[in-house]
Amino acid sequence: MSPRIAGATAWRVLAQLRRDPRTIALLLVVPPLLITLLRYVFAGDEAGFDRVAGPLVGIFPFTTMFIVTSIAMLRERTSGTLERLLTMPMAKLDLLAGYALAFALVAAAQASLTAAVAFGLLDLDVAGSTALVVALAVANAILGMALGLFVSAFATTEFQAVQFMPALVLPQLLLCGLFVPREDMSAGLEAASNALPLTYAFDALQRVTVGGALGGRGALDVAVIAGVTLLALALGAATLRRRTG
Amino acid sequence: MNVPAAISVTGLRVARGGRRVLHDLDFAVPAGTVTGLLGPSGCGKTTLIRAVVGVQIVEGGAVDVLGMPAGSPPLRARVGYVTQAPSVYGDLTVAENLRYFARVLDAGPERVEEVIATVRLDEHAGQVTRSLSGGQRARVSLATALLGRPELLVLDEPTVGLDPVLRRDLWDFFHDLAESGTTLLVSSHVMDEAGRCDELLLMREGRLVAAESPASLRERTGEDDLEAAFLALVEREQAPA
Repeated sequence: MSPRIAGATAWRVLAQLRRDPRTIALLLVVPPLLITLLRYVFAGDEAGFDRVAGPLVGIFPFTTMFIVTSIAMLRERTSGTLERLLTMPMAKLDLLAGYALAFALVAAAQASLTAAVAFGLLDLDVAGSTALVVALAVANAILGMALGLFVSAFATTEFQAVQFMPALVLPQLLLCGLFVPREDMSAGLEAASNALPLTYAFDALQRVTVGGALGGRGALDVAVIAGVTLLALALGAATLRRRTG
Repeated sequence: MNVPAAISVTGLRVARGGRRVLHDLDFAVPAGTVTGLLGPSGCGKTTLIRAVVGVQIVEGGAVDVLGMPAGSPPLRARVGYVTQAPSVYGDLTVAENLRYFARVLDAGPERVEEVIATVRLDEHAGQVTRSLSGGQRARVSLATALLGRPELLVLDEPTVGLDPVLRRDLWDFFHDLAESGTTLLVSSHVMDEAGRCDELLLMREGRLVAAESPASLRERTGEDDLEAAFLALVEREQAPA
């Protein structure tokens, strides 16, 4: 593992993103706009808005980084640059760390802007610290990045890669407890939600936004998020093959 | 000549998609030469090159590069590889691409200027790679492989689509590199490039038809034209014993 190579890779990924201002605009503008839309959807129901929008600030980066990373890594694979990098003195971890660093920075910008709009302009009220919500958003973004990186190995075209979002992220969103509390779900669905990483991301966010603090259970959620991130990165690294047929 | 081999291949067999594409290849590439790997499209040149670089899963046999098995980690800093399709970032400029790969290879920033000059892209250094012509993109890819001053440079069809003047200049440059001790393995499907090589590996349908110098090939077949010599060898092989 080389900080020089990981840093250079993060810089390169950000330089590529800079060449695509429309994507940057979409990344930064869409989540605040969606939260704003939600504010009007809930109209007079401020408690409802607080309950849903608080955790959503921390979940948007998860979904966007999942898509962005799976496409970026797919391009790296199909353009031959991945094979070139793997014939150079570069550890797989350098590449993964570079991506993680670059997209964590993007996620931090995205989450901060979304939080500034939600808390500053839309009077979103949460019980706990808003900084903690942003920190969890960044952790969730890295989780989304790690999962996106792993699943990119199973896509051969960009059409396939974008379909992984509805296929793998939406079910997690439906089951995580945002729409219906998990304890009200059937036993089977609740068990399924226990196996999905977004459940823990949502639980941690809900503890901060509604409960006011992470607490022991919330710390456990964070540990699960970190564990799944590391597992996904390890699985992702295993899909980066130096030798292929 | 008793030159140590930069590449030595024995009994190399490769299967792809359940089909044998390389059949028991044996050859050596002498250090400090420009060795041409020639043969028609689809004969297995790229697969052989990938085996030399160590990115190809092989079925059997041994490929030794600079004294160690192909693909060994220490070789990653000593072997430069240029794939047929330019593998560079289309959304970065020429200079940005090279600066990134230079950081990965731990080559100095002055090296970036040097390789840009070598492949004659000075005027395009600030241009986004995607907007370059195919030949220019191929040169960015070549420049990337030169960054780390590799001892062995493996080039898969580097001159396709280049104008004749540039093609001649590149071949001259390959020979300059070889004179300074670099070994080059260069593939091509155009037989008229065979005459520019010190040594030849002629391939057909996954087998080696010849491994010798152009002079020895001409002498053995009695043909002056290398394409005719290639044909003569193939016909001789197909004739009933």
